[in-house]
Amino acid sequence: MTAKVLTITSGKGGVGKTTTTANIAVALANLSHKVVCIDADIGLRNLDVVLGLENRIVYDLVDVVEGRCRLRQAMIRDKRLPELYLIPAAQTRDKNAVSPSDMVRLCDELRSDVDWVLIDSPAGIERGFRNAIAPADVVMVVTNPEVSAVRDADRIIGLIEAEEKGPARLVLNRVNMTLIKRGDMLNAEDVLELLAVELIGIIPEDESVVVSTNRGQPVALDGKSKAGLAFQNIARRLNGEKVPFLNLEEKDGFFNRLSRVLRGGGA
Amino acid sequence: MGWLERLTGKKDKSADQAKERLKLVLIHDRTDITPHQMEIMKNELLEVISRHVAIDPNAVRIDMAQEGREQRLIADIPLRATNSRRK
Repeated sequence: MTAKVLTITSGKGGVGKTTTTANIAVALANLSHKVVCIDADIGLRNLDVVLGLENRIVYDLVDVVEGRCRLRQAMIRDKRLPELYLIPAAQTRDKNAVSPSDMVRLCDELRSDVDWVLIDSPAGIERGFRNAIAPADVVMVVTNPEVSAVRDADRIIGLIEAEEKGPARLVLNRVNMTLIKRGDMLNAEDVLELLAVELIGIIPEDESVVVSTNRGQPVALDGKSKAGLAFQNIARRLNGEKVPFLNLEEKDGFFNRLSRVLRGGGA
Repeated sequence: MGWLERLTGKKDKSADQAKERLKLVLIHDRTDITPHQMEIMKNELLEVISRHVAIDPNAVRIDMAQEGREQRLIADIPLRATNSRRK
């Protein structure tokens, strides 16, 4: 096995990096890939709770880097899936505890043993971001259809290109079709035209993401929700499959039609 | 958008505004040239060009354009019609 190292980053915080990392990891593992995810957000650990593995942490990334444990010991296995592991971030240290070359060394150690290494990058453009992209073969940028998130995504894409880690792949997260139809949200075409990068996924805004995060069960575990399905599609695209983008139009059920009539015919 | 704007065809959708604003912001972020610096550069360019050919400063357009992830400085400088040819 020769793993691919995929880093998920965004520039702006709160756009859904960790959710995206957790769900793509779960979806790749569901496709029978051996996946290790690394939480590179040192001091602000979160991938563990999103994956629902917070109670099983013994060692973390900094313990591995500083030689207090072996790599294997810091890998928490997710029992819901055959081969999904998490290396959690340290919570009580700062990002300077790890260097870009530490990350490269660690990923090289994993490469021969797994199919995918996913790195959840912290927000920002400083040390934590540098750590996260140093070992990357593929970099994914998560953004929302919103001015500040798109602007930061553009900055990050420029930095990724400058580091020769490009071309970045874009994940457009929290797309709200109701707002788009009303002309109150940038659509995927607009964002792609502005950022001029390759799109790898469009994730609809979906309540089930909130619910599943509450429970520590990523939506991509089952493909019943639209968001879950959208994450599974990203995993399949990473796997080399050609998968068309989801049709995110809401189902035109009776209640939708009724409420439109009541609102006065606006589509 | 209400029915009135729809009838009058007024384009005031917030998404359009977001896109237009982002276009300008991204150009300046990517090139690190402020609108003020752009203005200075434009005036200097005009000065040099008008030393050699007659131009109408008001018809000149110098803009930054996006092509993929590359930025381009595009100048459209109409020359003033002259009757007297140089010898």
